[in-house]
Order: sequence, then C-alpha cells, then structure tokens
Amino acid sequence: MLNSAKDQSKLISLEDVQKWYGTFHALKSISLSVRKGERIVLCGPSGSGKSTLIRCINALETIEEGKIVVEGHVLDGTTRSIDAVRREVGMVFQSFNLFPHITVLQNCTLAPMRVRGVSHADAERLARKYLERVRILDQADKYPAQLSGGQQQRVAIARALCMEPKVMLFDEPTSALDPEMVKEVLDTMIGLARDGMTMICVTHEMGFARQVADRVIFMDSGEIVEEAEPEVFFKSPEHQRTKTFLGEILAHH
Amino acid sequence: MGPIGEDQFLFLMQGLKWTVLLAIVGFIGGGIFGTLIALLRTSKNKVARTITAGYIGVVQGTPLLMQLFVVYYGVALLGIDVNAWIAVAVAFTLHASAFLGEIWRGSIEAVPKGQTEAANALGLHYVSRMKDVILPQALKISMPATIGFLVQLTKGTSLAAIVGFIELTRAGQIISNQTYRPLLVFGIVGAIYFIICWPLSYAGSRLEKRMAKAAR
Repeated sequence: MLNSAKDQSKLISLEDVQKWYGTFHALKSISLSVRKGERIVLCGPSGSGKSTLIRCINALETIEEGKIVVEGHVLDGTTRSIDAVRREVGMVFQSFNLFPHITVLQNCTLAPMRVRGVSHADAERLARKYLERVRILDQADKYPAQLSGGQQQRVAIARALCMEPKVMLFDEPTSALDPEMVKEVLDTMIGLARDGMTMICVTHEMGFARQVADRVIFMDSGEIVEEAEPEVFFKSPEHQRTKTFLGEILAHH
Repeated sequence: MGPIGEDQFLFLMQGLKWTVLLAIVGFIGGGIFGTLIALLRTSKNKVARTITAGYIGVVQGTPLLMQLFVVYYGVALLGIDVNAWIAVAVAFTLHASAFLGEIWRGSIEAVPKGQTEAANALGLHYVSRMKDVILPQALKISMPATIGFLVQLTKGTSLAAIVGFIELTRAGQIISNQTYRPLLVFGIVGAIYFIICWPLSYAGSRLEKRMAKAAR
C-alpha cells in the first residue's frame, strides 16, 4: 500500500443516498466519504450498483434521496451545482467514449476551451502535457479509431486530466480491453495514484486494488456490504457475500 | 411535327435552371428548419417534442402536391400577394424541413449515448455538446438518407408546374405541345433528371459502403 492520505479534508461525501430505476432499488442508503488524495476501489458483482454509484457523483445519474457534496458543492439538481461538480470531477468510461470525429489532441483541447475558456494555444499545451504523461503524445494527431484499445483508454484519461480535476472516477476502465492492454492502462492509473490524485475506481483488478487502494469497498444489491484496507479486505473479509465474491473473482485471476 | 432545335433546348435549360434552384432553395431552407426540428424533436421539452412530431406527421402524411396548393392558395387567402416562386419556395422548405428533421432526429439518436455522457462528464453544455460532439457525428450517419431525400426533392420539384411554375418538366410539356414529339422531349427531360440525380445517388451509396466498412 502507498502512503495513506495525509490531507484529511473531505472531498466527496454521500449521505444516505437512495436511487431507484422504476421499482428497482439501485442504491440503498449509501453513505461514503472520500478524503483528498484517497484511492478507493469499488468492487462487487455486476448489477450491484457500483457504476451507478460513481455516476451519481458527477450527476450522470440523478438520485431520489440523500445528499452528495463534492468539494463543498451540494448536488441539488440545478445546472449551476452540476457544472460546479463536473469541473472538479473527471471520468473515464469502460468504453472509452472518445469523440471519434476529431483527433486525439482535439479530444483533449475541446473541453478546456469550451468549458474553462482556455485559449487554443494554452489548451494545446495542456493537452500535450497530459498526453505526454500517459505516454501517448506521439499519437496526438491520429483519430481514436487508429489507436488500440489501451491507447484509446489512455487518451481518455488524458482528456479527463486536461480539465485538471480534483478527483477521477474510473468506471471499469479495463473491462473492455484485451488482456495484453490492461497493464498499460493500470500502469497509467498507478502513476496517477502516486502523484496524489484522488481516485474512485470501479474495477475487478484485484492486483491493482492491493497495490494502490487505501480502501476497498464491496457492494452487493445496491448496498455497501463491507469496506476495509486492502490487506484486511483480501485476507480476512467479514461477510459471507464478500467471501463468495472474492472466491469467484480470484479463481479467474 | 416541329424540329427540336437550339431554341427548344435553351428553353429546357431555362426550366432546368429553375428545377435546380428550387431544389437548392428547398434543401437550404429545409436544412435550416430541419436542423431546428431535429433539435426540438430530441430536446427535453415535451411540448416542443410533441409539436414537432405533429408537424412531421402532417407533412409526411400528405402529398407534396397538396402542400403546394395549400401554400399557394392559402397565402393568397391571407391577402398577401405572392408570386409563384415564393409560394413554391416556402412549400418546398416546409416539406423538406419535416423530412430532413425526421432523418436527422434519427441520426442524432443513433450517436452512441456514451458520447453525450462523455461530453456531460467533461462539463460541456448543450450548445457545445451538440455543435462539437453530437451533430458532426449525426451528420455523417445521416448522409446516405439525406442524399436520398435530396434526390426525391429534386424530382419532386416537377410538381411545382401545377401552380404555373415553368421548371424542367413544365418546360418539356410546353416544348412537347409545340413540336408534337412528346416521346423525344420527355426522353430528353428524363435524361436531364437522371444526369442530376444519378451522381447524387451514386455518391450516397459510395458513402454508405465506405461507412459500413469503417464501422467494421
């Protein structure tokens, strides 16, 4: 495990969050707080609500009850609060979601120019900096479809970083990748973690969780079942559901 | 039977000029209002969605010929004296905007949802999200259908003859009446339509094939 966060200030807090899809109770009374610099891995069986949970944090999903606060901004459904939160939060998707009709560089400069009003020259400088950081600057003028999955996902990480977020959300960032490309993306994420980025990662990469996470949270059926430091989580899980899940997932790895 | 000489041919070319102009005006007018309709059809506002859906339904459910009559005589009823040119341009714009609006609505909805989500996650607002992310992709998706409609529209301009507009078909009819050689005249007229429309169709199907390949 890397050094635990020294800065104890709360960056994200969820209080008693409830979400339904029609009659399906997707999130059941979720409470969670994330300190600055903290790295959290969210895991659980599919349909357990882990993706839904992080998508609520940047208001891609709305919640029915409860309270979400990000860097002091309360998500209250207004455009202003959503904008404020999204400025602090970067997101990386399972399916990359790069914009296919523009180049890698333009993918990275678009939001800084449109959202933060950065000049074209500055946006390019920013983009080059972060593309360099994910070691893909040499592909800057290509279109997303010309890159491999792993490269595309690294571009997606750079694109999010260009907005200089305070926290990064990863929604199963390696699940759509061929096995040989998983490592390059995980290495990029480990690099980010080393640099002190606050991260919430939905992933089944337990090696990554062991190496990087300050806390592992296990969700099932829309609830947080268990949370612990990775050492404890993997060695001596408390709940039967966690044990079953770990048994299944580790058998595959 | 009279001969078909240079004069007759020039007369047909005059008609052709109006056919092309009418198609262009319909397409530009339809393009502008069609974009608006497509955006309203895909907006969150239920009233806007319902009204535009109704508009599309009415225009798609009635013949173009009838729409031409309604605009031509309807505008006159309002006491506004319009020439055939304006009436026809308005009718074609109304017609094209409904069809293009519906084609483009489908294209906007065909852009993967992840694109909207990524744009939202980056904090992009509606205008930028549409202009920079969704519409360029939707436009590409819509190209085959858009070109197909442009071909329909070009051929549809022949209906403008009914309100006294001398476009290509009407010009052909006049020449035919002068020369008593309908088969030859309408053969030429048909060939001219084909020369305009076929390259468009061909470009459309080429584009479609290229996109199918790119999607693989």
